[in-house]
Amino acid sequence: MDYLKAFAVGGVICVIGQILIDKTKLTPARILVTFVVLGVFLQLIRVYEPLVKFAGAGATVPLTGFGYNLCKGVAKAVNERGFLGIFTGGLTASSGGVAAALVFGFLVSVIFRSKSKK
Amino acid sequence: MTNKEYNEYVKQKTPDSKIFSNCLKAFVSGGIICVLGQVLIAVFGKCGFGEEDASTLTSITLIFLGALLTGLDIYPKIAKFAGAGTVVPITGFANSVVSPALEAKTEGMVLGVGAKIFTIAGPVILYGTFASCAAGLIYWIISLF
Repeated sequence: MDYLKAFAVGGVICVIGQILIDKTKLTPARILVTFVVLGVFLQLIRVYEPLVKFAGAGATVPLTGFGYNLCKGVAKAVNERGFLGIFTGGLTASSGGVAAALVFGFLVSVIFRSKSKK
Repeated sequence: MTNKEYNEYVKQKTPDSKIFSNCLKAFVSGGIICVLGQVLIAVFGKCGFGEEDASTLTSITLIFLGALLTGLDIYPKIAKFAGAGTVVPITGFANSVVSPALEAKTEGMVLGVGAKIFTIAGPVILYGTFASCAAGLIYWIISLF
């Protein structure tokens, strides 16, 4: 059942992205930025956490989940460290994903060759 | 129906059905990637990691897979079919981090790979961090009362 929920919710979030691409000609880069900021906002108004509880990876794997993580992290940091948490919370919470993207991205760039003929 | 009418009818109908089939592909492929994420969360949970760590490890694993499949030139092929289904999940973020860096390899390791790896990661991190600081400010102000 968890898998079905993850499939359905994750699928729907991707469909929203597809509609944005087809209808508004937003580039994938803008889609990614929009989804991250949207995730922060949806968590701020406390909509995203219930969705994560319901759909698990269906809500955390799309990039809105990255935004949700940022927002959750900053809330926790402000709670613990006060004003300083505003600055430390977001990047601390997303550090695993960011470092992984940069490290693996770099390794892949070093090991492989571009196959696109440009 | 004359030919002209028919052509207009087709023109009217085609974009919608194309969007519909694109959405269906995005739904299925995006859903599958999320199910893979759910499987990974379960596996890491079984290995004894807490909920939060299992979720972070899942993100890291998916980013690894997205980066590797981009290097192997497999991800772009899936993306041609899946559209947003491969853009919106975190694997798509990994893909958009790797592909500009990979293409910039000939421009050198510092201003080529080093700079271009941030082509998409940069905006995502910038606006994500900015949004989180804005949210943090709101949380902080609320915490004062």
